[in-house]
Amino acid sequence: MKVVVAVKRVIDYNVKVRVKSDNSGVETANVKMSMNPFDEIAVEEGVRMREAGVARELIAVSMGPQQSKETIRTALAMGSDRGIHVLHPDALEPLMVAKLMAAIIRKEAPDIVILGKQAIDDDSSQTGQMLAALLGWAQGTFASKLDFEGEFVAVTREIDGGLETIKLKLPAIITTDLRLNTPRYASLPNIMKAKKKPIEETSPGDLGVDVTPRLITVKVVEPAKRQAGVKVENVEELVEKLRNEAKVIS
Amino acid sequence: MQVYKAPLNDMKFLFKDFLYDGGFDIIFQNSDFEFSDLDLILDQAARFCEEELLPINQTGDGEGCSYERGQVITPTGFKEAYEKYVSNGWQSATLDKKYGGSGLPYVLGVFLDEMMSSSNMSFGNFPGLTTNAFAAIEKSASEELKDLYLPKLATGEWSGTMNLTEPQCGTDLGLTRTMALPQDDDSYRITGTKIFITGGEHDLSENIIHLVLAKTPGAPKGIKGISLFLVPKIIPNPDGSLDKNNGVECGSIEDKMGIKASPTCVMRYNDAKGWLVGELHKGMSAMFVMMNGARLMVGVQGLGMTEIAYQSALFYAKDRLQGRHPGGAKHPDKPADPILVHPDVRKNLLKIKSLSEGVRGLIALTAAQVDVARLEKDKLKKQKAEDWVALMTPIIKAYGTDIGSESANLAVQIYGGHGYIKEHGVEQLIRDARIAQLYEGTNGIQALDLVGRKLTQHNGRLLRSFFDLVENYIEENSLNEQLEDFVPLLTESIERLDQVTAFIAAKGLSDPSEGAGPAADYLKMFALTAIAYVWTRYADISYKKQNDDPKGFYKAKIESGKFYMSKLLPETGYLMASIISGAKSYTDYDDVNFETGFQL
Repeated sequence: MKVVVAVKRVIDYNVKVRVKSDNSGVETANVKMSMNPFDEIAVEEGVRMREAGVARELIAVSMGPQQSKETIRTALAMGSDRGIHVLHPDALEPLMVAKLMAAIIRKEAPDIVILGKQAIDDDSSQTGQMLAALLGWAQGTFASKLDFEGEFVAVTREIDGGLETIKLKLPAIITTDLRLNTPRYASLPNIMKAKKKPIEETSPGDLGVDVTPRLITVKVVEPAKRQAGVKVENVEELVEKLRNEAKVIS
Repeated sequence: MQVYKAPLNDMKFLFKDFLYDGGFDIIFQNSDFEFSDLDLILDQAARFCEEELLPINQTGDGEGCSYERGQVITPTGFKEAYEKYVSNGWQSATLDKKYGGSGLPYVLGVFLDEMMSSSNMSFGNFPGLTTNAFAAIEKSASEELKDLYLPKLATGEWSGTMNLTEPQCGTDLGLTRTMALPQDDDSYRITGTKIFITGGEHDLSENIIHLVLAKTPGAPKGIKGISLFLVPKIIPNPDGSLDKNNGVECGSIEDKMGIKASPTCVMRYNDAKGWLVGELHKGMSAMFVMMNGARLMVGVQGLGMTEIAYQSALFYAKDRLQGRHPGGAKHPDKPADPILVHPDVRKNLLKIKSLSEGVRGLIALTAAQVDVARLEKDKLKKQKAEDWVALMTPIIKAYGTDIGSESANLAVQIYGGHGYIKEHGVEQLIRDARIAQLYEGTNGIQALDLVGRKLTQHNGRLLRSFFDLVENYIEENSLNEQLEDFVPLLTESIERLDQVTAFIAAKGLSDPSEGAGPAADYLKMFALTAIAYVWTRYADISYKKQNDDPKGFYKAKIESGKFYMSKLLPETGYLMASIISGAKSYTDYDDVNFETGFQL
């Protein structure tokens, strides 16, 4: 089986994100960047399939500026075989990412594509679903368990009410949820090997995808500060406030 | 709260700006290591230390090691962390590729050691000793022993220890009583008791390899009759599989002030099978390979403690609201200002910060010289590098650990009464840091090593490796106006050091106690001056880079350096005055005078 995983370079989860002073976005200059944690889970799943002999090749794809190669290198150090970097200096919308992924997938013809369920920077949670639609493939989103049976994969999904298991025919798109696995650290010998693994560079132009933004960001602001609460004297006052101020009961 | 993020920006600065651009490109020779590996290695090591080792630091201290019938059980989580540590290949980092190591530069290994020391000093002792045992075996043992033991030490499947101390002999190893009787098969039978053996017994690795100092029958008296032996806990078969238990037993573990997760063992050798490492009666020089590495490592532990003390104190100083800035409220919207606004708190924080960064640079320079000494083909350059390392080893060990302890104390001071409460975790830093001033030769012994041995060796040649470098640098930069806050003060301190060196050499020749008396003060003067050189170099680099400084990193370096030069370096003046006034006031002090204040 051939596996493709998508990895995105995002602001490190430890960093306290700040809004730019002109409200055009968040500050990314001189901020620590790392691989999106959900994508780490995707890579880990791919590496485990590789180790279990289910997969014979694992390809890590990233899109973004030159520095995205560092993110691919991390995926290689975790155990991916090779990388593909779609070089593009500016932000890409989920639909563009999905189209670029679709172009790569048509070329590479993998049996399964694993993506994070969302990236922790914009929290869109759209790319995997759009990609499935563009390719006409089955999708198993928010996966917490994968079981391969011949040309099928049983995907346990985390849904609002609990867990749901669906059976998909391969090839399929999977997006990872937090409990699918615990990603490993890259080991020192694998870090040393990573630089010898190939990273192919391509671009939206090469892939024939128009990445002109379709969305306009009007304004980015900090979430409103939480207001301090008030103490009520008795139940009557509480009911009164819930009814007349909060308007949550009638 | 124990707060720690590996100082990666500083480490990358040291590697790239300070060392690589500073002419140390030789460290990339004969290694798979490339510049582009640096970030990923440091990042992954930092994650491991922050996510796996730091969380078991305070719990490990609370739980401690336990002992039961010869077995030592490490605290919860240590076994799992050790398994991850070795399976991720960190044990092998700087070891020779020939025996399964990764062959990384020594200087990079030192950065990894620092992270480990900050996040969990107790844990760091296990792999640290293995690395140093590896070095001693590699340097002196027979090919047969190397082929059998080194690959297993490199993977961390087996761990290492060093056994010097006995109940009646600590610093004075000539008093060693442990005996080694030669056998027909080239092995020896070792019998005796060793104490204070770090990691002498534990449950992390499947076998433990002890390097033991002992005497053979008829050996010369004192230090010249000592030999070094390799004694495994379990005797291996030639293929490396484990055969049968050796006559080695852990009698008990010490109940200590700190590093409670690192077992300090009494080891009993009862007719244990051992093999000679190096030549007969040359045990001290073979063991010194291990001791020198261990002394540097302990200095690095001191640095590690300094860094976590700093970050933990800074966290609290920003968080704790008490009082107002003396010049008026800085945060009028809050009920009080964070204590970071108070001048005394700021001064203490900056003291820790500037010492931490300064010592890190001195250690990086010295560790890079270890690489140079290993790789350099040119004999003179190689010798210079070796001289530097020999000279700086006692300085780094003693001063690095002194500031570790002092910084931990300052951190508790910044926490106020809360620092005294165990829950906050900073009092642990004091207890852990304290041992580093004692083991691997107390800091007093380090000072004697500097004054009694390193100063006089080869007619003072070792000193030249430092003085020439600094004096040449000053000459080249005497007209550098940008460095006006640095070079004149560096010049003053190196002149003081020069004067005091001459004073001690002259006085000590006629009266040895005049040399021994001020040795610790002299070592401190030396350290302060060496760190002044480091800060001057930092400032030099930073002024050149300040136009491309989006993070303000270089600007901060210059400001921290100015603090160091004007607030901490002046201590060399006090130390000089104290040294020059001679040692008579205490060497000639009548012994009975010590007891005049009370009735015996």
